[in-house]
Amino acid sequence: MSASVLFDAPGPKARARHRILTVVGAVLALGILYLVYAKMKEAGQLESGMWLPFLNDPSLWMDYLIPGIINTLKAAFLSVIFAGVFGLIFGMGRLSEVTAIRWFCGVIVEFFRAVPVLLMMVFAFFGYFATSSVIPQEYGPLAAVVLALTLYNGSVIAELVRSGVYSLPKGQGEAGLSIGLTPPQVLRSIQLPQALTAMLPALIGQFVVVLKDSALGTAITYQELLTWGKTLGSAYGNTVPAYIVVAIIFIILNYLMTRLATAVQHWLARRGTTAGPVTTAQPVLIQGGAEPGEITHTGTDIVREGAQDVREAATKARDSRRDNRQDPGW
Amino acid sequence: MGDLLKNYDVWGAIWTTIQLALLSAIGATIVGTIVAIMRVSPVGILRGLGTTYVNTFRNTPLTVLLVMSVLGFSFILGLSISDDFARNAFWWAVVMLSLYHAAFVCEALRSGINTVPAGQAEAARSVGLSFGQSLSEVLLPQSFRGAIAPLVSTYIALIKNTTVAAVIGVSESAGLLSVITENEGGSLLLFFMFAMIFVILTLPIGVVGTNLSRRLAVKR
Repeated sequence: MSASVLFDAPGPKARARHRILTVVGAVLALGILYLVYAKMKEAGQLESGMWLPFLNDPSLWMDYLIPGIINTLKAAFLSVIFAGVFGLIFGMGRLSEVTAIRWFCGVIVEFFRAVPVLLMMVFAFFGYFATSSVIPQEYGPLAAVVLALTLYNGSVIAELVRSGVYSLPKGQGEAGLSIGLTPPQVLRSIQLPQALTAMLPALIGQFVVVLKDSALGTAITYQELLTWGKTLGSAYGNTVPAYIVVAIIFIILNYLMTRLATAVQHWLARRGTTAGPVTTAQPVLIQGGAEPGEITHTGTDIVREGAQDVREAATKARDSRRDNRQDPGW
Repeated sequence: MGDLLKNYDVWGAIWTTIQLALLSAIGATIVGTIVAIMRVSPVGILRGLGTTYVNTFRNTPLTVLLVMSVLGFSFILGLSISDDFARNAFWWAVVMLSLYHAAFVCEALRSGINTVPAGQAEAARSVGLSFGQSLSEVLLPQSFRGAIAPLVSTYIALIKNTTVAAVIGVSESAGLLSVITENEGGSLLLFFMFAMIFVILTLPIGVVGTNLSRRLAVKR
């Protein structure tokens, strides 16, 4: 815990100060809550007619929210699968022995990581899928959403693959070479399997990013959760409650995903059959900045973060021992 | 291409993107620092407030926040920043971009603080430095160095996320691209032109950030 780094155990004066700050914090929190309450009340958004349909009207869920959730998840799942394939291919390409392949994959990955997802989505839809007949008209928006999310997140995953391989101990690759495997064989049968297991939490963290970014589909008329929320708001005349419910659904979905990533990370750490640090990066950090594999986030950073995790764990363990020692005193 | 520059306000759109990015970066830094201070404070309720803030804003799509701000807060609750529709949307975009990225700035700063081993603080105290001294001379300098890399990632993400403002009708780069492709049809050249805007805006920050974080990395 970071607080323990900055602060000593409090004395009587500090504890008095903390009590004052606690009161200030409570007043602040209540003040914000009251402000929201007053504003909502004033605009008549707290009337039961606005909120009750969410509880007692099954058709609200069946006709509006559930189709939205299904479409959002559909786009997210398709994108994650395609992005995984894209990432694996280009990640391996960036590790290739052939300079030309390495360069080509490097340029593609760096380009799609630097371009905003919405820009790709807008161009893919208005510039191509809306007018072309390759894909049936009604699937145009879905195709544009999936394409844009695949290109961006696939590039991020390619970087994860690369940094995952780099974070393995050097001895793994050397051992493979010394028993006579060729470099591509070493990559395929020794390094990648270990790197992929180590990447699992980061991959799940990436799913959160995809899920959030799929809401951009509303800009190109894809019927996802936000779009359905908007329709619901006008149908029932409760725009603000509808958006709040949509936001809560997103928060719950993403929170569950983050928890899953943490659980997988713990499971991997306990299992401990891979060589080297199995935590490539904390899911929190991967989610952080919404875009993990930004230009600065190279392999060395990920390795360093892995080292930080170990260090943090050691610090935490020591702190808890210290706290235990202090317990009887307080 | 010449016609394009004559018929559409390309430079204006780029300028709006830059304005959005700069103002939101300042806002996100201020709010993010306050939330980070709350999250590392020794007071339980402040920590709880900070954690709630981060979990809420980090898990809500930016698109939902922006749409909610204009269609919900502005139209229904009457919380307008400006009477002019375009100005109102622009400033709501700045507010929401700031609040959203503040959660990530907070996490970046906190991960910077987490890189400082507890031994540093203990050593500072044991040589007799006061709380303020150990904070300003020992802990914060190391924290900031550790926070550079994640902060740079956050600012790059922020620049790219300014495009989401197009959803609420702010006429920045992505909005203009959709108008042009709808009117003139899409060409790959057009897409590359707009993509290059963001490559040019983000690449220098990434390069400088990586160099800085390498050069200033605390050797342990």
